[in-house]
Amino acid sequence: MTALLALLRRDIQVALRVGGGALIGVLFFLIVVVLMPFAVGPDLALLKKLGPAILWLGALLASLLTLDRLFAADHDDGSLDLLTMSRTPLELICLTKAIAHWLVAGLPLIVATPILGLLLNLDGDATVAVALTLLAGTPALTFTGMIGAALAVALRRGGLLLAVLVLPLSIPVLIFGVAASNAAVLEPAGFGAPLSILCALSLAGLVIGPLAAAASLRHGLD
Amino acid sequence: MTLIDLANPTRFLSLTAKILPWLAAATAILLAIGLYQSAMAPDDYQQGATVKIMFIHVPNAWLSMFVWGVMSLSALGTLVWRHPLADVSAKAAAPIGAAFTFLALVTGSLWGRPMWGTYWEWDARLTSVLILFLMYLGLIALWRAVEDPSRAARAAAVLTLVGAINIPIIKFSVDWWNTLHQPASVLRMGGSTLDKAFLIPLLVMAVAFSLLFITLHLAAMRNEILRRRVRALQMQQASQPRA
Amino acid sequence: MSLGPYASFIVWSYLLVALVVLILIGWIALDYRQQRARLRELEASGVTRRSGRGAADLS
Repeated sequence: MTALLALLRRDIQVALRVGGGALIGVLFFLIVVVLMPFAVGPDLALLKKLGPAILWLGALLASLLTLDRLFAADHDDGSLDLLTMSRTPLELICLTKAIAHWLVAGLPLIVATPILGLLLNLDGDATVAVALTLLAGTPALTFTGMIGAALAVALRRGGLLLAVLVLPLSIPVLIFGVAASNAAVLEPAGFGAPLSILCALSLAGLVIGPLAAAASLRHGLD
Repeated sequence: MTLIDLANPTRFLSLTAKILPWLAAATAILLAIGLYQSAMAPDDYQQGATVKIMFIHVPNAWLSMFVWGVMSLSALGTLVWRHPLADVSAKAAAPIGAAFTFLALVTGSLWGRPMWGTYWEWDARLTSVLILFLMYLGLIALWRAVEDPSRAARAAAVLTLVGAINIPIIKFSVDWWNTLHQPASVLRMGGSTLDKAFLIPLLVMAVAFSLLFITLHLAAMRNEILRRRVRALQMQQASQPRA
Repeated sequence: MSLGPYASFIVWSYLLVALVVLILIGWIALDYRQQRARLRELEASGVTRRSGRGAADLS
């Protein structure tokens, strides 16, 4: 347990120091969302309707962008080999790394959502709803993305390969995330069901993600 | 005292130690005068008391561009003359410029709410400032991405200059985009002619904020020089054999 | 001095500007003290600059 806590603390510190690039994901999120009105026009009514979808797409892309460093940095400096050889189960190590990554890369996206909601003319309730669905859904994105990150580091191909592998897997999260946010705006009664499914997806990811990532790391690194 | 004399960081440090208190005092006095004058300024016949937001919004908006100008000059200093203080100046200016740009955005949005009914309108001017803010954040991210300060300085200098060339193009294209789908009737902020009762406090505030920037910039540059000394000493310590 | 129906917006914008400027000043002052302390620490541990002059003093 102490080893895992130490790993958690180390991952967060590495991400926050110079060269870590923890906040790049938020910046990317901001820019993607700001680009949308230039494509669809500054029509506030239209932006309000598209708002939840834009925010979800932005968050999806931003959380993918930062994922390719999840194992690659540790692989480069050799600490990944030490981690795979340690006595702590690799599954738990993967879980800890995913949690650390979500804390530094996923949580800031949710914090930034209200500001972006303001830019897209969402009212308070809708913004809270989107933030809530992101809170429920981004862990699922991190866990599925981790599988892709493990595969990519095992195959020594980073970057776009990860996106191509993971984007199809994240479609269900996107569907239920946008459905829940839209339900909150249009008919508050229908908000519960998609949100529960979103939570279920995150919990399933919590179990499947570390297992699959650890397996692909074990087979890939020899 | 020329620019070349300032190339010696130690001489720069002793100079800043001498003039910083004076600058800070001048800033405080001018700021007090400006705040008093803007509190006493009459209401606008169209906007009422809301016009008071202008006195802090406009100086921040002016600084958001001025700081990028300062950084562009520093970038030239880094790339062309390789002035040792140029990258220190560019690095110190970026977070301060980002803060002023953020304030310009926030005060603009708080001003827009009573005027437009929404906090945010994709108005050409506000949108350009938003893009400028994003460019500041990108620049800070670049500074933070590279560990060796002099390598980071050259990369940041190139980006700053590209930004300086690109900002007018962005401004133009945003204007064009905005007139393409002009939303209903947006009340124009300010007017082409400003009454003297507004102009004088505005000018005082603009000068006060510029002085504030210069003070903060010099202090941040001093910090940056000290940070580099710490870095150099730490590396020396790491390379020295233990006694 | 009456601020009209939108007083809260005016007060908020002035307060926010004051807050951000104070944060900037505080950050820069804190950073300065931190760097000075670190320099003194390094000097005390026997590391000297190549010029032989003290690193922490400004002149």
